[in-house]
Amino acid sequence: MRAHPAEYEFVAPRTLPAVLSLLAQAPGEWLPIAGGTDIMVQYSAGNLRARKLVSIWNLPELRRIEVFPDELQIGAGCTYTDLREHAVVNQEFALLSRAARWTGGIANQNRGTIGGNIVNASPAADSLPALLVYEAELLLVSARGERRVPYTSFHINYKKTQLAPDELIRVICLKRRFSEYYAQARKVGARNAQAISKVCLAALGSLADGMVKDIRLAMGSVAPVPLRLTETERIVKAKRIDSALIQLARTTAAAEVRPIDDIRSTARYRTAVAGNLVAEFLEQLSAGGSRT
Amino acid sequence: MIESSPDRANCEISLTVNGKLATVRVHPIERLLDVLRRELGLTGTKEGCGEGECGSCSVLMDGMLVNSCLIPVLQANGASIVTIEGLAFDGQLRVLQQAFLDCGGAQCGICTPGMILAAFHLLSKKPQPTIGEIREGLSGNLCRCTGYMQIFEAVAEAGRRGAST
Repeated sequence: MRAHPAEYEFVAPRTLPAVLSLLAQAPGEWLPIAGGTDIMVQYSAGNLRARKLVSIWNLPELRRIEVFPDELQIGAGCTYTDLREHAVVNQEFALLSRAARWTGGIANQNRGTIGGNIVNASPAADSLPALLVYEAELLLVSARGERRVPYTSFHINYKKTQLAPDELIRVICLKRRFSEYYAQARKVGARNAQAISKVCLAALGSLADGMVKDIRLAMGSVAPVPLRLTETERIVKAKRIDSALIQLARTTAAAEVRPIDDIRSTARYRTAVAGNLVAEFLEQLSAGGSRT
Repeated sequence: MIESSPDRANCEISLTVNGKLATVRVHPIERLLDVLRRELGLTGTKEGCGEGECGSCSVLMDGMLVNSCLIPVLQANGASIVTIEGLAFDGQLRVLQQAFLDCGGAQCGICTPGMILAAFHLLSKKPQPTIGEIREGLSGNLCRCTGYMQIFEAVAEAGRRGAST
């Protein structure tokens, strides 16, 4: 361990308003920490720049999942285990429960939170493509009030988000209208547990009269941000799936991603896999799909 | 690790560790792993990678499997912790621990405390786990000696012997 614990201030207010008031007094000075699965790694390595931390772990206001007739509201402090164990998440948002199963191992799933995953903003995070295709909305809260923003525009650039320094994500909102879609989640990596993805895919699709009625494709580890493949979606929508369309979708997806070489893979491999995953999804969708 | 001078430690933390109440004066961001080993002398919990990937430092916190290298001790204030030292009682090994011995589930021993706590956590949720459930339950714990098969067999055997009861 390379950090000096005496250099850090660390507090744990008991309520959400108390945390927000602290953030409001000195915006940007306090780093919120939930389960610590990312921040404590940086701390131990001596790479944590923040010197003041405020715990938001297990705040009751952030740790609940509320089911409304048209919407699921997931508290940002819910863990991957909370998601895996929730009936509505499992039944209606299979891409999210599947990604939760793939994230880390059991111990990290018991501590890592969905809000932390979003704010950490890794382009390789397994659960973020699912939130893109479900077109999640985020409730951001601060001492100034609350605002609702679409998740699709939340990530601005690599590790840059719309979150203001005095804000927290309070809730992730998911519309309950995807249970009839074909859903496919794929992780390509060294192994499912612990290993970070080389490429991951979350995809939803529906057919009507043999044509693609709706399709949503998002990938991780192929761009500076979790990426929605809007151009690939556009060329597929309202078309009949045949081998020519699959080939066009494969090349469009390969052109749409912007991967890099890094320790886990190469840009060339990731580009090829991105095209293959899209082609595979379309084949399954046209064959009646295997819902995951 | 670099030791901080104890006089600057400013935070009083109370934990129940293996059934006994302990109060320590530490820095609030210190890792639960370090507090267990240095302040409480419980060196059965091992440090492997120090970044939440290997599972060697696994303990139970309020019944939940966690990597103690990623827990700032302030977040463990008031919690109930179980370490490997807390499993045997009255000099008797748990059924799960005996199964590890009988099946050859331990070699060098560094991963073993974490493996056993992850398996203990799994058996508390699934008393008769399938091989798939065992693989998933232990997927956050790495072993460089056994090749895993003896460990999986030990956990399955513990389930057959009624370890969770």
